[in-house]
Amino acid sequence: MLIFELSRPGRKNPSQAPAAPAEANDIPAHLLRRDKPLLPEVSEMDAVRHYTRLSQKNFSIDTHFYPLGSCTMKYNPRGSHQMAMLPQFLARHPLAPEATGQGVLACFHELQEMLKDVTGMAGVSLTPMAGAQGEFAGVAMIRAYHASRGDAARTEMLVPDAAHGTNPASAVMGGFTVREIPTDRDGNVDLAALKTAVGPQTAGLMLTNPSTLGVFEKNIQAMQQIVHEAGGLLYYDGANLNAILGRVRPGDMGFDVIHVNLHKTFSTPHGGGGPGSGPVGVSERLLPFLPVPVVTLDAGRYRLVTEHDLPQTIGRLSAFMGNTGILLRAYAYARTLGGEGMRRVADFATLNANYLMAELQKAGFDIAFPQRRASHEFIVTLKSLKDKTGVSAMDVAKRLLDKGFHAPTTYFPMLVPECLLIEPTETESKQTLDAFVAALKEILEEALATPELVKSAPHTMPVRRLDDVKAARELDLTWKA
Amino acid sequence: MSIPSDLKYTKSHEWARLEADGTVTVGITHHAQELLGDMVYVENPAVGRQLAAGEECAVVESVKAASDVYAPLAGEVVAANEAVADSPEAINQDAYAAWMFKLKPANPADVASLLDAAAYGALVESEAH
Repeated sequence: MLIFELSRPGRKNPSQAPAAPAEANDIPAHLLRRDKPLLPEVSEMDAVRHYTRLSQKNFSIDTHFYPLGSCTMKYNPRGSHQMAMLPQFLARHPLAPEATGQGVLACFHELQEMLKDVTGMAGVSLTPMAGAQGEFAGVAMIRAYHASRGDAARTEMLVPDAAHGTNPASAVMGGFTVREIPTDRDGNVDLAALKTAVGPQTAGLMLTNPSTLGVFEKNIQAMQQIVHEAGGLLYYDGANLNAILGRVRPGDMGFDVIHVNLHKTFSTPHGGGGPGSGPVGVSERLLPFLPVPVVTLDAGRYRLVTEHDLPQTIGRLSAFMGNTGILLRAYAYARTLGGEGMRRVADFATLNANYLMAELQKAGFDIAFPQRRASHEFIVTLKSLKDKTGVSAMDVAKRLLDKGFHAPTTYFPMLVPECLLIEPTETESKQTLDAFVAALKEILEEALATPELVKSAPHTMPVRRLDDVKAARELDLTWKA
Repeated sequence: MSIPSDLKYTKSHEWARLEADGTVTVGITHHAQELLGDMVYVENPAVGRQLAAGEECAVVESVKAASDVYAPLAGEVVAANEAVADSPEAINQDAYAAWMFKLKPANPADVASLLDAAAYGALVESEAH
């Protein structure tokens, strides 16, 4: 039911309170609207019940295991949020003088330093407000770097086919043409193909590592050499940073740019459409191009670095310091974890993924890259099940809902047919993982014995199988009375 | 698996047919539509556009993913199938009847360099895990 259907003419939010007379009588008549806006007319109670009921029908990380691969749906500690919500932070105006905001600037500066430390980069800017904006900033810096050297021929960005889909999109937004590099049988970037692809037209390579295949690239050093020797720069998509946090550093691998998704790895919920935060880190040679403002410590005082200090900057990506609330959460989280805690995140994210992969293999599931150790996520392929029973990855995913689990990512990456991309994260216990394996095992048995039961799932949800084809072909988001 | 022997194919899963009038008709293969699932949107190249071989020139979108379609060979777009753009499900129903666009090849001999049905069948086989 939509809230519009609950609407009754004249019903108001403060039902019991007497209506106050309108006081805005100094607005010129021609600026006043004549008709009421078409909003639902409901009481406060109606609105509370409606939205609470909707939230109860939903799956969320607060209520269910949510192994959505490539998304890092981990638990975000309430404590980090509490710190970011301190009234002193909330009340700070972005245009207030630096002298009265030394505390918040100190937090940003320390966060920059911690991100530099954990990524191994020479400088960090916190301003990008999403992962894709971080990517855009990274690509723009690569462009600015080549332009500053008068190297106008570098128009091509190399993107492996196991990269995040945003990578080629960001490259195009940055004015580059994209050249796709294939993956070899083991899930690594095909080095021979990379060697033939590089040349004087190569601006750089964008690598998602660990890749969307859930494996860590084995030939980083060779790739780094091939691209750098050709004069290109190396971009590291750090969206999967959870797997390597505190263990290995993209800077040490020779990368020139990285973006980090604070809304995956550093304590901000993710998947709701924002707000996000995608800070960028750079190597020495890209420092002059960092987006501003950046916080610097100058003779004991924190201050903002602007276009004035950094004339070659690619500019501003947000009005002020990016999404400061998310930055403060990340700061609180990073300070709580420390170096040891960060290493533990990577250890347990990886251990949980490998445990789950091994248990599912024992339970009779096909692993897409069984010869490879999983990073923080791995891929199950249900192609043989589909061929045998007609039960698809989508059917299994829907049936998981009946068993009380949010489905893993389905049909991504496209390189593996009938796949589930599973990421347990470090915040799940062995008991939860075992219960998930048991549920998938049950579904496998059902698929063999009574395939119709799985094909027509879900059976216990508020809605049955939705017609996603019709929804995509005849999209209609307007409510009509 | 449906791979008609009278068509030519690309590694990126397009089919191409040399017509009597010298134009080449292009679509995506049965295998490609099977991987993508239910089609919901098709975007064809504009008539008159000059394409390089391998250039991204059209988009097919299914409930699972959006995918680029590549020009099998260099040439000028001389027709685009509006019926398929209106009813993308036609590709699911019969991928070889639901052509997407026609090219006037820059060099008609290029057609010979495309994969034949046997080679494409082997490619599909090798890509299956």
